[in-house]
Amino acid sequence: MIRLENLTKHYGSFVAVDDVSLEVSRGVLYGFLGPNGAGKTTTLRMIAGILRPTDGRVSLGGDDVHANPIAAKQRLGFIPDRPFVYDKLTGAEFLRFVAALYGQEGDAVGRRIAELLEVFELASWKDELVEAYSHGMRQKLIISSALIHRPEYIVVDEPMVGLDPKAARLLKDIFRQFVSRGGTVLMSTHTLEVAEAMCDRVAIIQHGKIVAEGTVDDLRRQHRAGDASLEELFLRLTGGAQVRELAEVLGHGGGDGAP
Amino acid sequence: MTQPSLWRVFEPKWRTALQRIREERSRGGSGKLLLLVGVGTLFWLAVFRVLYVILRYFRGVEELGPLLAGKLLGLVLLSFISILVLSNVITALSSFFLAKDLDLLVSAPVDWLRIYLAKLGETLLHSSWMVALMAVPILTAYGVIYHGGPLFAPFAVLTLFPMLVVPAVAGSAVTLVLVNVFPARRTRDLLSIVALGAAGGLILLLRVIRPERLASPEGFRNLLDFIAVLRTPTSPFLPSEWATKAIMTFLRGAADPLPLLLLWTTAAALVTIGAMLHRALFASGFTKAQEGAERFVRGEWWRWTVGTLLGFLPVAKREFVLKDVKLFFRDTTQWSQLILLAVLVVVYLFNIKALPLHRGEQVGFFYVTLVSFLNLGLAGFVLAAIAARFIFPAVSLEGRHMWLLRSSPLELHTLLWSKYWVGTVPLLVLALLLTGLTNVLLQVRPFMMVVSMLTICGLTFAIAALALGFGALYPQFETENAAQIPTSFGGLVYMMATIALLGAVLRTLWTAVYAYVRAVYQGQPVVVDAWMISWFAVAAVLCAAATALPLWVGLRRMERFEF
Repeated sequence: MIRLENLTKHYGSFVAVDDVSLEVSRGVLYGFLGPNGAGKTTTLRMIAGILRPTDGRVSLGGDDVHANPIAAKQRLGFIPDRPFVYDKLTGAEFLRFVAALYGQEGDAVGRRIAELLEVFELASWKDELVEAYSHGMRQKLIISSALIHRPEYIVVDEPMVGLDPKAARLLKDIFRQFVSRGGTVLMSTHTLEVAEAMCDRVAIIQHGKIVAEGTVDDLRRQHRAGDASLEELFLRLTGGAQVRELAEVLGHGGGDGAP
Repeated sequence: MTQPSLWRVFEPKWRTALQRIREERSRGGSGKLLLLVGVGTLFWLAVFRVLYVILRYFRGVEELGPLLAGKLLGLVLLSFISILVLSNVITALSSFFLAKDLDLLVSAPVDWLRIYLAKLGETLLHSSWMVALMAVPILTAYGVIYHGGPLFAPFAVLTLFPMLVVPAVAGSAVTLVLVNVFPARRTRDLLSIVALGAAGGLILLLRVIRPERLASPEGFRNLLDFIAVLRTPTSPFLPSEWATKAIMTFLRGAADPLPLLLLWTTAAALVTIGAMLHRALFASGFTKAQEGAERFVRGEWWRWTVGTLLGFLPVAKREFVLKDVKLFFRDTTQWSQLILLAVLVVVYLFNIKALPLHRGEQVGFFYVTLVSFLNLGLAGFVLAAIAARFIFPAVSLEGRHMWLLRSSPLELHTLLWSKYWVGTVPLLVLALLLTGLTNVLLQVRPFMMVVSMLTICGLTFAIAALALGFGALYPQFETENAAQIPTSFGGLVYMMATIALLGAVLRTLWTAVYAYVRAVYQGQPVVVDAWMISWFAVAAVLCAAATALPLWVGLRRMERFEF
């Protein structure tokens, strides 16, 4: 179980995450939604142990990420939103390096690397330097690296960005299979159709606070939204429905017929 | 359509600079500023003092004095201009072809001339600021000694500015042509090798010619020959010669507008030609610069060699070291600096060999021991500079990958351990080589050999730890170019701390070494007693503290890193 207790993060006087408490049970694919700057990435980075919380605690399977980091991180696979990888390593070398960070080596690692590169269609690129990879290929490589040590928990920030439709579909299948085998996925995304179709539960965060949490049906009931889509619910909860007149934003240069 | 002003095109750059200053100020950066200003002023004063003494001496020499002063200025400006051409070629590559704002500028409706002028200005500023600052104390010394008066300062600016523009235009043009021939990444690799080869060649040439011999009067048949050589311009077609002539004419109180006219018209003509070249070649060069990255590499070789050698280490440490070694040797901008290092070692040893020490037995022994002892300080300084370039940036270079390292179960001390040994082992080899070979060349006695070898080992461990510790304390995560990282404030503090350590260790050891020298000089037996050992122990404690403390502080700092 991923458990956040009163998690808070301040940057000077700015409160990025404000007293967030959350539980994500085993076998659940959990969507973490919110507008830009709401505190999603900060929360996920605290769960991954990259940022230290100002207050509160994060535990993975009972191990506190900051008090007992080695045990907690051993179970975690983290996929960041920006695919920064060592440019001068090859794809296969990068995966071997990540496996070593988790204490894994030997032939089994070699087989696992080949398997993952094959699944993500990177096998023919395995001996090429990462600097030659496209954004999407780097993203696939990072996803492979998060899976290399067979984690119990995956925390993923905007997984679909940069992926082609085939890879996006593959990733959805991987995540579904992962949770069906007892794994846990906590995923932040702006693709609300994906969240609605894939996630067992969702939380919506705004201004650092959780404003709604539950299954999509729970959210509809709680907010008397009938059969509204998750997108409509999201816009209602985050105030995004107040969109300015498009014509005003686009100006008058839109085409020949513009007045 | 009205084109944006050059000021507007430059806006992202100057706004970023302003923001950095504001951030520094909000972090209480006035102490930093004070230190930087203090060190800068000291450096300026030192350069001014040296020039002042030389020029005052020249002024006292009839006939020859002004000629020598002019020759000296000519040589200084010539060396400036040679450095500037090289640095402009490298800087222009970044500003014209690899900068992050180029996509925005090229896709915006900004005309080619504005892009050219803005980027030329950026190149000029980045490559020439250091030379311009260096020129201030030098020209001030000329102004003071030759009574240039209040108008000398604006005249010097008027003279130097076009002299800086010329290499900027030339460097940018060379880059433009090179990028059109090679893909940009290859060009950068090629340039670093060309630049280092040129620098190394120059140093070697200087050592082979031995300029100190040319200064001796026996080198010339008579005074007239010497004056004739001095009167001949070294390079009549170079802007440095025109600038020298303009400045020296002004200082003599004569009026000759020709050199200044030559400088300004040449700069204007070159900017025009550069702009035309830019119009013709930039688009194709910029397209080429987007291509090309090295692809297939031989990774297994490293696994079999270094990987096997490190087989005794736990897997995380082994792979971390292996990763760092691969990254170093696959990055031409990194490994190519080893060429410079090799040249430096050769020149260093050559200089030691050239010392005329073995003339009289007793005096010879004293000087040999003294040089061997002082060599520890010099070698320590060289090692500190090398550590600043290679070890200091180690933590900063991991910045963009910290998401991976911090989210994995890798312990931070493993990371620090790997970085420390990857840097220390080669540094130690170099340290032992420099000190050992120097001592062999000096023919020192076993006592001094043992003392200096042990001392340099202790110093190397401390210097590497200081570099890594200060690198973690003052990280530069946003800088991608490793060579720029040591030029930061943290780099300066590190160098000052290292120099302080060298001073403290050498001062401590001197008492023991002096006792040894005195004993040998007086023909008494050398007794390594408790008193002598206590001084060695103090030096060892100093080195051990300077090793452990920075690593500990660096580790604590890394634990607080946030990304």
